Amino acid sequence: MSKESQIHPYHRPDLEFKSSSLSVPVLVLGTNDLSVIEQQLLLKIKQAPDFFRYSPLIIDLQELNKLDLNLDLTDVIAQLRKQDLLPIGIRGGTQEQNQAALKLGIPKMSAQSATASPQAKPVQKLPLEPEPEPEPVKNEAEATVTRVITQPVRSGQRIYSHGDLIVLAQVSAGAEIMAEGNIHVYNTLRGRALAGVQGDTEARIFCSDLQAELISIAGNYKISEDLDSSVRNKPVQIYLNELALIIKAL
Amino acid sequence: MARIIVVTSGKGGVGKTTTSAAIAMGLAKKGHKTAVIDFDVGLRNLDLILGCERRVVYDFVNVINGEASLNQALIKDKRCNQLYILPASQTRDKDALTVEGVGRVLEELSKDFKYIVCDSPAGIEKGAHLAMYFADDAFVVTNPEVSSVRDSDRMLGIMASKSKRAENNEEPIKEYLLLTRYSPERVKLGEMLSVEDVQEILSLHLLGVIPESKSVLNASNSGIPVILDDKSDAGQAYEDIVARYLGEDRPHRFIDEEKKGIFGKLFRSK
Ligand SMILES: Nc1ncnc2c1ncn2[C@@H]1O[C@H](COP(=O)(O)OP(=O)(O)OP(=O)(O)O)[C@@H](O)[C@H]1O
Ligand SMILES: [Mg+2]
Repeated sequence: MSKESQIHPYHRPDLEFKSSSLSVPVLVLGTNDLSVIEQQLLLKIKQAPDFFRYSPLIIDLQELNKLDLNLDLTDVIAQLRKQDLLPIGIRGGTQEQNQAALKLGIPKMSAQSATASPQAKPVQKLPLEPEPEPEPVKNEAEATVTRVITQPVRSGQRIYSHGDLIVLAQVSAGAEIMAEGNIHVYNTLRGRALAGVQGDTEARIFCSDLQAELISIAGNYKISEDLDSSVRNKPVQIYLNELALIIKAL
Repeated sequence: MARIIVVTSGKGGVGKTTTSAAIAMGLAKKGHKTAVIDFDVGLRNLDLILGCERRVVYDFVNVINGEASLNQALIKDKRCNQLYILPASQTRDKDALTVEGVGRVLEELSKDFKYIVCDSPAGIEKGAHLAMYFADDAFVVTNPEVSSVRDSDRMLGIMASKSKRAENNEEPIKEYLLLTRYSPERVKLGEMLSVEDVQEILSLHLLGVIPESKSVLNASNSGIPVILDDKSDAGQAYEDIVARYLGEDRPHRFIDEEKKGIFGKLFRSK
């Protein structure tokens, strides 16, 4: 008996992925001038050294690329690290920039569109340069939060993200996932997925196995019945083109 | 400290009570002191399936209300001295169960039991919620059909967000799939989902498959948990499940169609 009572079915797993949603400051670059960047960084950090020291950071290149300014990512990243900032992602980069960043171990985050969303949390960000055309309201409302879900989203559950939503497990039929930004499901999507729920028509949905009950971008939706067999059970991306919902096999 | 197991499903009539009785008896027969609690207030039938319905004096609600002590209410099984049953009340309504009350009873039981099996009522209302709230492990009983699978999925979502472990940010409830009333013939005919189908939809660790079996009805009619019928397929399937739960490695059975003797062998297609 005593031996049996020692056998226990429950082991603490050696590895466990847990879901979390993080709030990470975004650094929007408005210049490609390294010395200006350095100066401004020093200034900012001086104001709140404890906040910035070893802080994770997402580098936003959208503004820079809008102005068509070129940038050596390697230098910028080195500069940031020198100042004890820890870049963990970039967004709004060109394909080249994304690849350069990936070589440095920094993944691409999907770019937020600048659509204002009244529900978005206040953003922590460091404008290095005055905006080319200052639109402070827009930037205040920009969502910066990406939610990452690692557990299955079960029937009856609802998940909402003020930014992008990344789901690494399956989304069951009867579940609903919503994001103001993009939705990535690296598993089977059987439930409902609604991206750009605050009106962002640039938002996209990506999933590795499309079996959804409903997909929607900025309110333009398709139900399961409307899904063509050429995209069903396949990895796809879904986006809006002139208010038409396009589903493309990946 | 006891380990608390909830037997749950969402959908009704899928075999929760049959399973609760079987695994509680199985654990007790392996020498673990086990209590099994009927959470189905108003519809008690765990005591019937365990054949102790004529020995019920006090019930779960009496204990919660302080009208009886646990010792007075627990019924000791006549076949296995490690098994105790806490029956449900047939006369009260569901509101008699409270989080505090259930918590107190489970805590007291935890002191000298090794396993506590909670037989959940169907649905996702209060009774089902309380049955799973304190659980460490969940046996999710599912039949191979779409509505049962969907309800199990729903229950899994509730356990992942509304259990005590979830609320306290502790390690989540450990979830196991028990596929019951499985009929390989009907799967082959396309009338039922296969083991693979169900596992793919739920993505859950399969603890075992219990075949659809006449022995279950016979057993419950005579008040003998089917696990004591070691000649029956369902009894053996539950035996396997208990062993696997306790850490033994046993191959899965009852998933494929039975070989039909020499005649079947000769004419088996491919
Ligand atoms: N493996 C099986 N083979 C054949 N019949 C079964 C099997 N398992 C359960 N049954 C039958 O199904 C019916 C329901 O079983 P049971 O009472 O265990 O389900 P339950 O989930 O507890 O129901 P409820 O939701 O009403 O509490 C009973 O008649 C039982 O005999
Ligand atoms: Mg029952």
